[in-house]
Amino acid sequence: MMKKVYIQSVASISAQKTFEKDYFLEEIEDYEANVINVINPVYKDYIPPAAARRMAKGIKMGVVASKIALHDAGLESVDAVITGTGMGCVRDSEKFVSAIIDNDEQYLTPTSFIQSTHNTVGGQIALELQCKGYNFTYVHASNSFESALFDAKLQLELNEEKNILIGGVDELGDHTTKINKLINHIKAEAVKSSELLVSNTTGAVYGEGANFFVLSNEKKDTCYAELASVKMFNTLAEEEVLQEFKLFLKENNLKVEDIDLLVLGNNGDIEFDGYYNNLSKEFNNTQQAYYKHLCGEFHTASSFAFWLASKVLKIQSLPEVAKLNQKTIATYKTVLLYNQYRGENHSFTLLKKC
Amino acid sequence: MNKGVAITGMGIISAIGNNVAENYQSLIKGEKGITRVSKIKTNHVNDIMVGEIDFTNEALEQQLGLSSDNNYSRTALLGVIAAKQTIADAKITDINAYKTGLISATSVGGMDMTERYYYEYLENEATRKYIKGHHAGDSTQKIASQLGIEKSLVTTISTACSSAANAIMLGARLIKAGKLDRVVVGGADCLSKFTINGFKTLMILSDTYNTPFDENRKGLNLGEAAAFLVLESDKVVQAENKKVLAYVKGYGNANDAYHQTASSENGDGATLAMQKALDVANYTPKDIDYINAHGTATGNNDLSEGRAIIRIFGEEVPDFSSTKAYTGHTLAAAGAIEAVYSVLALQNNVIYPNLNFKTPMKEFRIKPQLELKEKALQTVMSNSFGFGGNCSTVIFSKEQ
Repeated sequence: MMKKVYIQSVASISAQKTFEKDYFLEEIEDYEANVINVINPVYKDYIPPAAARRMAKGIKMGVVASKIALHDAGLESVDAVITGTGMGCVRDSEKFVSAIIDNDEQYLTPTSFIQSTHNTVGGQIALELQCKGYNFTYVHASNSFESALFDAKLQLELNEEKNILIGGVDELGDHTTKINKLINHIKAEAVKSSELLVSNTTGAVYGEGANFFVLSNEKKDTCYAELASVKMFNTLAEEEVLQEFKLFLKENNLKVEDIDLLVLGNNGDIEFDGYYNNLSKEFNNTQQAYYKHLCGEFHTASSFAFWLASKVLKIQSLPEVAKLNQKTIATYKTVLLYNQYRGENHSFTLLKKC
Repeated sequence: MNKGVAITGMGIISAIGNNVAENYQSLIKGEKGITRVSKIKTNHVNDIMVGEIDFTNEALEQQLGLSSDNNYSRTALLGVIAAKQTIADAKITDINAYKTGLISATSVGGMDMTERYYYEYLENEATRKYIKGHHAGDSTQKIASQLGIEKSLVTTISTACSSAANAIMLGARLIKAGKLDRVVVGGADCLSKFTINGFKTLMILSDTYNTPFDENRKGLNLGEAAAFLVLESDKVVQAENKKVLAYVKGYGNANDAYHQTASSENGDGATLAMQKALDVANYTPKDIDYINAHGTATGNNDLSEGRAIIRIFGEEVPDFSSTKAYTGHTLAAAGAIEAVYSVLALQNNVIYPNLNFKTPMKEFRIKPQLELKEKALQTVMSNSFGFGGNCSTVIFSKEQ
């Protein structure tokens, strides 16, 4: 008998004040930029200042988000930690590469090399929580977080573990930003958050963040939502998205009209938003939401959507700022997420009210 | 639940051979592939030794028939070479005839090109094709594309030096759970200035041939390699009447939760990983015939791993050896390289010698296997441990 999987707690560090427990996008930071950084919580409230100073930003964000998630779930530790990150602690990678070049392989210190290892956030969380259980890190671009989700779901369904901490984390690095501007993956111009989808230009507004969750196979009072399904595709042609989406609905015994909210990963890149537009048209009677104007685009940005959808299902309200259209919804029961990045690594994630 | 996880194909490229047969010949002849580094210009050239693959990038591109505007990192090139061999070995003609996924492991990813063109990107447009090839998932996407795996479950694991063992573990779990019928699992990592200098700052690179489990070991040699295996479900094996090379019988992953780079003195994480793998296989320690140890030849690893082995096996430690003296430490690929070697050990009933060993460690009495040994093998345990406290064990068996 397969167990059901529940989202027990959520934690978000993003370009909005999402680290505050009761905040749900009421007041918004309306950026005018092509790169947006997170609003930092007071890290030393969670980590001793000396330790925090040594930590890469990705580690700090990951460790603090994981502590908030555990606290929110009322847990001291978990059975396993599964992290997704597209780039790991990219600032330390930059630091170490540039030091090798600038100093001709001399006077190097190991800290940035160690922190550049992709699983450094997962490892630090294990250290902080003293969690000796299963610990994986997925690094597969826009499916990094979904891989973590998929893995955790499988273990919980089979009752191999009871509580698993999962998360997506990525940080911005200056050099990486600079070179991604050169190849137009980042928009050339500053864009107002509220106007992201009408920018009509190529590239995305880059961001960063950490979104962590405790998933459990026992339903508790604090439950946000049920994680019903997650499916990944390494490739999908634009014209195949709708057909695969319908197949996914069928596999989950759902019809188009059963979906109360569709959360789309549009990032305002005119070259790639077409992937979402076909779905958007098909679901024109469904409430739709978007979020990358709030958190920016990064490999694990979909973990912010997972945070948003979990909150919607628990609070039963969708923040005005995330609405892509206007529909009246009596009860949010079923929420579907679709994300991809530059036409690759697509994911469908299905959440249900618990 | 699916019962068995069959291995039906293998492919490998390493410093001791460009395919499975060449690797096996080097293993049984005791021929190591450790030399001075020739393809990377580094100031440390006389301070270190490496396990380098002979082919240049240009030669690999030619073998794969890639056009000159390709943006393959060396990691991707090596990965595709090994993955294609794997598919041919498993005699797969239509990759999409069954639900097929790909799980690859890497730690270096496209760093070799990033470090080469880091500042040049700003000036020279021709180099910019490599920018989007930097992230760790890129080589995996390229391997999937070269194998024709489409619209499927494709992902990348990066848990430092245990990465590929974890790729095998995830693949086995997905087959068991019926999520996939077939999955290509493994890993690839190329040499880079980044890793050479990184491990150099940690002062764990030997200036001569690495000597696993030796009292006077001086550290590791870095290596580059790629290896992949095809895992198939009972259903596919039966329907296609597949030849099974071996089975993935057990697996365990645990975290040492001790230090970001060092292993705990008593190998807590390693002990847990081995115990979990035995539990999944439903084996007792007595059921293990050979341990292909992680054995990197660093002071810390070999002591910690040795103690963990003793904690699991007590006084009756099975024959064990590390093959890192042959290939160097191939980082994220190591778990897949050593999975291929473990399967070859089972197929040929041999235990490879632990090269370069002279003096037993003073902390314990166990000693690795020093000569090539012929012995009927039913099971092999393979260990892979990494930064971030990541400890993984996979058990391979002849019988389901």
